[in-house]
Amino acid sequence: MSGTDHGRRNRDAAPPSPGSWLGRVLATLVLTAFALFFIVPLAWLLLAPTKTDRELLLDPPFSIGTLSTLVDNWTSLLAFQRGLLWVWLANSAFYCLAALAITLAISIPAGYALALIEFRGRKTLLAVTLVVMLIPSTALVLPIFLELSAVRLIGNPLAAILPFSFFPFGVYLTYIYFSTAISRDLLDAARIDGANEFQVFLKVAMPLATPVIALVGFFSFTSNWNNYFLPYVTLPGRKSPIQVGLAELLSNVPAFNPTNAASTTISLSALALATLIAVAPVLIVFMFAQRFLVTGMTAGGTKG
Amino acid sequence: MTIDTEIPARPARGGRLAGRTGHAEAAQSRIAWLFVGPYTLFLLAFGLLPLIYTIYLAFTKRGAFAGISNFLKVFKDYRFLPAVEHVGLYLAVWLVSLVVLVVLLAVIVHAIGVRWLSTTVRFVFYIPGAVAGASSVMLWLFVLDPTVSPVAFILHGLGLNSFVEAVQADRLPVVLAVIAFWTGAGGWIVVMYGALNNISREVIEAARIDGAGPIRIAWSIQIPLLRKWISYMVILSFAGGTQLFVEPRVLAQASRGVVSQDYSLNQLAFLYAFKQSDFNGSAAISLMLLIVALVLSVAFVFRGGLFERN
Repeated sequence: MSGTDHGRRNRDAAPPSPGSWLGRVLATLVLTAFALFFIVPLAWLLLAPTKTDRELLLDPPFSIGTLSTLVDNWTSLLAFQRGLLWVWLANSAFYCLAALAITLAISIPAGYALALIEFRGRKTLLAVTLVVMLIPSTALVLPIFLELSAVRLIGNPLAAILPFSFFPFGVYLTYIYFSTAISRDLLDAARIDGANEFQVFLKVAMPLATPVIALVGFFSFTSNWNNYFLPYVTLPGRKSPIQVGLAELLSNVPAFNPTNAASTTISLSALALATLIAVAPVLIVFMFAQRFLVTGMTAGGTKG
Repeated sequence: MTIDTEIPARPARGGRLAGRTGHAEAAQSRIAWLFVGPYTLFLLAFGLLPLIYTIYLAFTKRGAFAGISNFLKVFKDYRFLPAVEHVGLYLAVWLVSLVVLVVLLAVIVHAIGVRWLSTTVRFVFYIPGAVAGASSVMLWLFVLDPTVSPVAFILHGLGLNSFVEAVQADRLPVVLAVIAFWTGAGGWIVVMYGALNNISREVIEAARIDGAGPIRIAWSIQIPLLRKWISYMVILSFAGGTQLFVEPRVLAQASRGVVSQDYSLNQLAFLYAFKQSDFNGSAAISLMLLIVALVLSVAFVFRGGLFERN
């Protein structure tokens, strides 16, 4: 997609007329306004945990607090229900990584077979995968909850891990990748050399699969880490992942819930710190993954 | 990475089995099912089975067939129509602003000639996408609270002097749309930017020589060529938007009841299951929402022209 970027630089070389000059100013204004819209909340979030609640209320929004305040906020979060925050974070990590492992183990072979082996039912499986992939995952949350409660899995870590592991989008990405990255002739050559289907997969396809493993891993991890609705209904209490826990913290912030008489309260700046900690893993992954994001969102589309 | 730069098209597939015997074909099929088998089990367990079970629950009561009585009960619920209206209003505000602003911003970003600037702007636009789910709402609680907000002056300028005022019912569709736009629009802008890069330079150049300005070029050439991507965005966003849950849920928790517990349809379905222990009513609502998503998805896969199938 970046291929046509190079040639565009000089196309506006002609001196601008007054009309186009005005257009440029307008375009710059729009762009700046939206850049601020997107970045201001994040910038604020990075600074807020270094301030006390009093400073949050009174100081200019982009002032920088002190390191010791940051440490104080950190300590008060740690103290909340004897480290519950870490339990939530560990839960998130456990659910997301376990689901990631299962997703890769089932999606990579499936996408490979859909792309490179002719078999009965292939087209149907592919079409169903596409349809399910486009259904928002939230649409299946309550049905999955109803199903899991029928088999008494609610409250069991599997109630997050198993639904998280079902990731048709990952199968589709793998399918697209193998359709284009590996030629059938190469596979046929390996078969003629006496390799069976499993050896072909392990020796020929897998060594080339690193990019798509990273891509599927990125999408699986980020979407599961940020998932709130499903674990909210299937894993209550101490089993919750951080996203659900974060909303739980909210009930202990007197600024938002003055009627709450809980003994341990959370300050606004500690809540900001908790939010930052909750998003940090995905934020870090995102910093390095713009290409992944674009590839994923456009996968399967033919050229616009 | 080849897939980075190119949106792949399906290669032609005709006749590669020609000459093989039926026996070999059957053997290959069996092996292929070993590859796709585990995934297919998950597809059945967490795609098809929940759907079937929801259909079963929606049409039964205490195990006995109940016709459409669960649906009638839901329709008669005084909270149902308001929830439909809330979701509808939110969708209208969000989808219109999404289409207009994403296209506008993508066209402008695409016109930036300086490479590092263009990359930086796209990065700034898409990075909030990392903050989704409950954490994005959490962050916006701060932004919408005039006492701590980094944009308090804007809130005061709009006459909003407290958090509770900022999330009044009549403002909520806009507030929810702003939050959704903040998290989701950047990714789409980057996608549209990529699609704009695929438009041949000759076409644009010819139009320019014919005297077309940037607005005319955007309107008559770029936007029509983006149509497939725009409809992809609208369909996915529409289907996702009908599922509204986490935003009003967290806002309700934070706003001392100003935002109601039954604002959206999914919240209502949630209340049926968790407060009233009425799984049948919950299934009825879920099924309706699921059918909307399913119809959109099927229509798009088979009609949208974005997925080349063979």
